[in-house]
Amino acid sequence: MPSSAAQADPIPANPIPTDRRLALHRTMQTIRATETTLSRLFADGEIPGFIHLSVGQEAVAAGVVGALGPRDSFATTHRGHGHVLARGVRLDLFFKEIMGRAGGICGGRGGSMHVADLSLGVLGANGIVGAGLPLATGSALAHQTRRTGGVAVAFFGDGAMAEGALHECLNMAALWKLPMVFVCENNGWSEFSPTSTQFAATLDKLGAAFGVPHRRVDGNDVAAVAETAAEVVEAARSGGPRILECLTTRWHGHFEGDPQRYRNADEVAGLSQNDPLRRSAEALLAAGIEESALAALVDSVDAEIRDALEAARADALPDVDAAFRDVYTPTTLTAGA
Amino acid sequence: MPKPLRYVNAVAQALNDAMAADPAVMLMGEDVAAAGGPFKATRGLLDAHGPERVRDTPISEASLVGAAVGAALTGMKPVVEIMFMDFVTLAMDAVVNQAAKARFMFGGQCSVPMVLRTPHGGGLNAGPQHSQCLEAWFAHIPGLRVVCPATVADAYSLLRAAIEAPDPVVVVENKALYALQGDIDVNAPREVGKARIDRAGRDATIVTYGATLYAARAAADRLATEGIEAEIVDLRWIQPWDEEAVFASVAKTHRVVIAHEAVQAFGVGAEIAARIAADAFDDLDAPVLRVGAPFMPIAFAKTLEAAYLPDADRIVAAVKSTLA
Repeated sequence: MPSSAAQADPIPANPIPTDRRLALHRTMQTIRATETTLSRLFADGEIPGFIHLSVGQEAVAAGVVGALGPRDSFATTHRGHGHVLARGVRLDLFFKEIMGRAGGICGGRGGSMHVADLSLGVLGANGIVGAGLPLATGSALAHQTRRTGGVAVAFFGDGAMAEGALHECLNMAALWKLPMVFVCENNGWSEFSPTSTQFAATLDKLGAAFGVPHRRVDGNDVAAVAETAAEVVEAARSGGPRILECLTTRWHGHFEGDPQRYRNADEVAGLSQNDPLRRSAEALLAAGIEESALAALVDSVDAEIRDALEAARADALPDVDAAFRDVYTPTTLTAGA
Repeated sequence: MPKPLRYVNAVAQALNDAMAADPAVMLMGEDVAAAGGPFKATRGLLDAHGPERVRDTPISEASLVGAAVGAALTGMKPVVEIMFMDFVTLAMDAVVNQAAKARFMFGGQCSVPMVLRTPHGGGLNAGPQHSQCLEAWFAHIPGLRVVCPATVADAYSLLRAAIEAPDPVVVVENKALYALQGDIDVNAPREVGKARIDRAGRDATIVTYGATLYAARAAADRLATEGIEAEIVDLRWIQPWDEEAVFASVAKTHRVVIAHEAVQAFGVGAEIAARIAADAFDDLDAPVLRVGAPFMPIAFAKTLEAAYLPDADRIVAAVKSTLA
């Protein structure tokens, strides 16, 4: 769990419209069903390498990415499936990439830790903790210099709070008033260690040191994330960098297959008690949505995933010659004045 | 006749002309704007192009190079200056894991059109943390290109080529050359991967790059007084290096010495020597020899630094050894 000192700010007062809540719920359901499918595929040996799942953290992805416009960009982390799915990467291209197929969004070169869709402003998941922070800072610099009107978001986990890149980028973003949001998914864990044993400060105080406004939100309440993110993103668009800290819960291990022996058994047993999907479903039922409509939504998402998985399994494995062609940009490399 | 420029001014001219030609080109680095750069390679550019495109950064090498990658992925063509090549150690993730790999690992969706300019080399008694030649590190990374201009003309045209290239390029300047005078040709072809025959000869080939070109020239002059005609190949590009030019020279002279200022062990010369041994063995009449720095950090004191840097004496001795 996030450190006991961390308390969410009060939940925003304005309820968001039901159709918007339903769309957020669908995004979360897509992420959840994808991640649980991947967990099964990994256990069955259908996914090479290793994967880091975001089960339990769906509300952050749905809420934050849902607050972005088409001009905006973001860099994500090794636990980044939810963010790119929320951005709308094609599900079949996503599954093909994670399964190392030729037709994957990155041609099977990147895999889980490097999913990117530049056409959607997704600057990539990253295998290096904290490395997305400078990329997003530079992306924000480009938005500012080119006057695109876009905002760049850097997703990072609480483990990255100890990385110098965060401190350097907060400084640069504040100095240059970049249109940028630092989004911390604080699940309390730095890989296999409690973040309380890794980081002596708190993110709000770190932000204060650089004059970067900080908001902390219950990251398992999708409405709270969505509404706060919308405010923060719009504030950053004209007013310079912002920090949004989302307190959330990592259900699975650092990587899939991690038995989490470093975690207390009671904590592991209770991880799903604060399920963002269940909370979202309860809110929708209270708002008058029929239970059958939610069941139909689940079925419809499952069908999409089945189709995507089928397409991925049928896809060819990548060809080495094609890979060689993308080490450098094909070009004649001669220019004259 | 145009007035001769100093090497450092040729760099500034290349940056200025590239910025004038393409609004996406921007400069980032420590003290590059108001101060005009620690070696004055960016002097005047702030006034010419404004603070958005000529941007002083904090002393945050890791993040400023990472930010250049992010800016390149979002439509800019950043040219980053790292004040001394020794400081790229702080930025290795950004260069090696981010810039070099983005195109490949994202399936060719993008390229990273950025340049990292940095000076290497001794000659200024700058000591062990301000003098190293680390270009082999970058030449070893698929996805990066590495160029090392030795002349004033190349300081201009190779930097223009690097900025125009779609992939990340590390441009290595030698700070001992910044005061060198010469002419530039703004219309010269701007090529990637092409070497230059600096001096034609028939008896032995000296392959070199960067400031060691001048030691090679001095060596060739001395050899000529003894009737030995050495050919000098100035590589210019280290990644990719011009195999065609080197192999053609080997086929002509049958003897090769590779000379560079970087530490000899595991250096650029090792790769070239191995490639010649594998692919041009039949053209060789003697083993390929290397002249590089000894396997020690470069030291501060004048006597120690002088003993460290490869000089004409060592190149002459090596060439004679291939002829023995």
